[in-house]
Amino acid sequence: MTATMQPAITNSLTQGQLHARTPWVTLGLGLTAAAGIVALITSATGSEFSLVGAIALGALFYLVAIVVISRLVEGQRKATDRFVTALVSGAFLIAMAPLVSLLFTVVVNGSARFDVEFFSSSMRNVVGEGGGAAHAIVGTLLMTGTAAIISIPIGLFTAIYLVEYGRGPLARAITFFVDVMTGIPSIVAGLFAFALFAIFFGPGVRMGFAGAIALAVLMIPVVVRSCEEMLRVVPNELREASFALGVPKWLTILNVVLPTSAAGIATGIMLAIARVIGETAPLLIVAGFTASMNYNLFADRMQSLPVFVFTSYANQGVDTQAYLDRAWAGALTLILIVMVLNLAARLIARAFAPKLGR
Amino acid sequence: MTATDPKVRTVAPQGKPKQRLGDIVFSRTSLISGSAILAILAAVAIFLVGQSVPAFVADPEEFIGSPASFWDYVWPLVFGTLWSASLALLMALPLAVGIALFISHYAPRRLAQLLGYIVDLLAAVPSVVFGLWGIGVLAPAVLPAYTWLTENLGWIPLFAPPVSGTGRTILTASIVLGVMILPVMTAICREIFIQTPVLHEEAALALGATRWEMITMAVLPFGRPGIISGAMLGLGRALGETMAVAMVLSATGIITINLVSSANPSTIAANIALSFPEAYGVNVNLLIATGLILFLITLVVNSIARYIVNRRKDFSGAN
Amino acid sequence: MNITRVGSFAAISVAAALVLSACATNETPAEEAPSALAGTLVGAGSSAVGAAQEVWIAEFQTANPEVTVTYDPTGSGAGRETFLGGGSDFAGTDRAFNDEEVAAGGFASCAEGSGIVQLPLYISPIAVIFNLEGIDELNMSADVIAGIFAETITNWNDPAIAALNEGVELPDLAITPVHRSDDSGTTDNFTDYLAQAAPSVWTYEADGVWPLESGEAAQGTSGVVDAVTNGTGTIGYADASRAGDLGTVAVQIGDEFVPFSPEAAAAVVDASPFIEGRPDFDLSIELDRTPDSAAYPIVLVAYLVGCETYLDSAQAELVKAYFTYMASEAGQAASAAGAGSAPISATLFERVTAAIDVIS
Repeated sequence: MTATMQPAITNSLTQGQLHARTPWVTLGLGLTAAAGIVALITSATGSEFSLVGAIALGALFYLVAIVVISRLVEGQRKATDRFVTALVSGAFLIAMAPLVSLLFTVVVNGSARFDVEFFSSSMRNVVGEGGGAAHAIVGTLLMTGTAAIISIPIGLFTAIYLVEYGRGPLARAITFFVDVMTGIPSIVAGLFAFALFAIFFGPGVRMGFAGAIALAVLMIPVVVRSCEEMLRVVPNELREASFALGVPKWLTILNVVLPTSAAGIATGIMLAIARVIGETAPLLIVAGFTASMNYNLFADRMQSLPVFVFTSYANQGVDTQAYLDRAWAGALTLILIVMVLNLAARLIARAFAPKLGR
Repeated sequence: MTATDPKVRTVAPQGKPKQRLGDIVFSRTSLISGSAILAILAAVAIFLVGQSVPAFVADPEEFIGSPASFWDYVWPLVFGTLWSASLALLMALPLAVGIALFISHYAPRRLAQLLGYIVDLLAAVPSVVFGLWGIGVLAPAVLPAYTWLTENLGWIPLFAPPVSGTGRTILTASIVLGVMILPVMTAICREIFIQTPVLHEEAALALGATRWEMITMAVLPFGRPGIISGAMLGLGRALGETMAVAMVLSATGIITINLVSSANPSTIAANIALSFPEAYGVNVNLLIATGLILFLITLVVNSIARYIVNRRKDFSGAN
Repeated sequence: MNITRVGSFAAISVAAALVLSACATNETPAEEAPSALAGTLVGAGSSAVGAAQEVWIAEFQTANPEVTVTYDPTGSGAGRETFLGGGSDFAGTDRAFNDEEVAAGGFASCAEGSGIVQLPLYISPIAVIFNLEGIDELNMSADVIAGIFAETITNWNDPAIAALNEGVELPDLAITPVHRSDDSGTTDNFTDYLAQAAPSVWTYEADGVWPLESGEAAQGTSGVVDAVTNGTGTIGYADASRAGDLGTVAVQIGDEFVPFSPEAAAAVVDASPFIEGRPDFDLSIELDRTPDSAAYPIVLVAYLVGCETYLDSAQAELVKAYFTYMASEAGQAASAAGAGSAPISATLFERVTAAIDVIS
């Protein structure tokens, strides 16, 4: 009798651990239970079935269940870990909801007018339906491009100065004032550029270059801030190893520090471009807007996509839908432009980045 | 003779190391770039102060709406600016850290890249579109929740009735602001979390730490300056955001902490956008003066953040 | 490395510009120029005129392909300021330059000592719009409208509203009045109407900024329309061309209820006197919001302002041609179709034509 009473074979490594599928099963049960309860309430009160309510309730069930189960099986520390995992994933899902909703709205509304004519025509002599944003796309690319050409070198070199060279009061002053600069409201940057150019060209001045200057004022601090952050996390060991091999400082920066942080810098610059490419208020003031194509940065008004979106929305004619469709299509185009730029930056960064183990 | 001067040979090794041309050019360029920033900022500051002075000395009777004094006009705007921006930051910061952690340490690698990419893209959505989305999608969607809050939690001053008829309240504006600043903050946090030294993480895990314990021990302390940096960038954008707030917020210029009613304080930036087109005479100076105050607010906020970051410099690789 | 990246951005921008430069298909110049006019005309001012200007510019440019007209709807105040500073050739404004401003002179685009020509070429009814399910039109007196916007009448089933609308089933619903949050000519005209027609209820002065610190505020005409459309039990005021499917209010004049229409709006302008003491070519109108006959009193009149004598005679010729077009039957019909404005009457047309002849 006693010989048959062998204890079950236990694996000491997996003991006290939940099975990999347990959380998913729990989640499924929680959601089902929540859906059931919500459905019951719905049928009782006659109100509409609330999907959001069911998911929220289900998530709550899951949170409680997984913590209790884990606490019983795995102990306090693991339970905390499971709790935080659920919370982080939950935070992610909650945050994605408005972002996805926004993107969805733009794509759905924007696709109505996302056609060939939209990219081949300007708005000159167009009333009501038809027309397009070719002039605005050109304006946005020219002005944002110019702003980028001005601010990326200044921003990147300033970041290099702060991280690699800067010591003492000047570096502290620059760090501090870059922070201050991040706080310049976009509309103030526009007013500043307007006042600056009005000195030279009179009060009626509207030109694309002034818009680019306003954008550069907004862009520089973002470039500095993100590049500085990325350069700082390059381990000192890399620099020291390079110096020890007798490499001059500037070559060390160029060949070791910058490539190591290339991906981060690319992200930073993309963020900076993304930050300014959607600016409306300053461009409305200094670059004005027009219905016609303009390739010259230094003369006449220049349309840009955000301003195009804004004016299409704000000055709707009688045929409201045509104006709204164009506005949404403009927003969609803007996002796509950033997407392409982003992709390009990532490819470039990948080409430069050293092969790391992760 | 052609032999080298013995004096030079003995002096050279003791003096400063030879400055290479590349080094000089490189360091000078960096220095000039840094100084250029100071120059630009000085120009902006001179412009702001110069244009603001008339507003400080003018008779307040000439201002729009004839406020009792300059500060009487500015104070509700300052309140609204700080109130909406801090609400936005309060909502967005935990979410941004959560998303960044999810992307850097929880999600599968391939998925994480895609997610990070989507979040980056959203930073480019123009504020006008956030405004359109706020009016058309978000405000109607949150209205039932606001109604419920006033009916059931109306005794809390934050949710005191009557509820807004359109949902375009300061809470809605703050949610829009929060969504707007999420991508920037997430991107910076994510980049810094990814940079956490693998050795630190592996050491923590090897000691038997759970994933969360590893994050609290290795990732968060390392990423703290980055989190604060990101939060500041986000806050800067929230404080200065113009178009989205102007479009979404039902601003009537009163001071209230009520989150769900029609009457809300306006913000400085939105007020400039709303009033500037029709402003003339000293009112233009008045609006620029409010811009100067916004500038100063950001300065103070950033100084505090910088102070916090500087106290914990030891985790930075370059120091 | 940064050089490469900058280069790549520049390359992308340039490439995109090149690709696009072949396009803008609608901008290819016509084979033969039907008109000898050429040049650029710049205007700025009231956003209310923006939609009409868009139509006028399109038609004028089609007729004169060598001319480019731009109009910045930056707002009336900015428009007047820009015109005064010489930044534009003409201004569009919701209120005419007043006596003081005209006397001060100093219009930088105009010749020394030149006066200005102010023409009421854009008459637009302002509709009082509301969002109530199943109700398309309501009758209201000035006192009721003022009461609603002053928030003394707070529910749709208020007896004051019900008394004027027999047979309409009014819901038991709180009224949310929506007003403009920006400084605007529409608000100025609307509050002017309330102050003139209902002085006992509306105790505030006419102003471009909403005088109350309550109610719902929204940016621009589009913002108000959106807020009213997306809300429940909302009421607001907006350019009549944007009323769309929303319910509108017919205003009580005497014993009649007048819904908004271009004719009724033009009628109230004809019934109003010109401001006295101005030269013949300054057609500033003192609007009478309490007409005796069936006219729609909530209107916005925007002026197109130019110089009597321009510094540059070529510019004067362009302005003259453009103003003539805007005042013409074709021009007024185009803005009526494209922007929902009310065409000016024959009597006003004669005065306007005489005034335009002065421009040189």
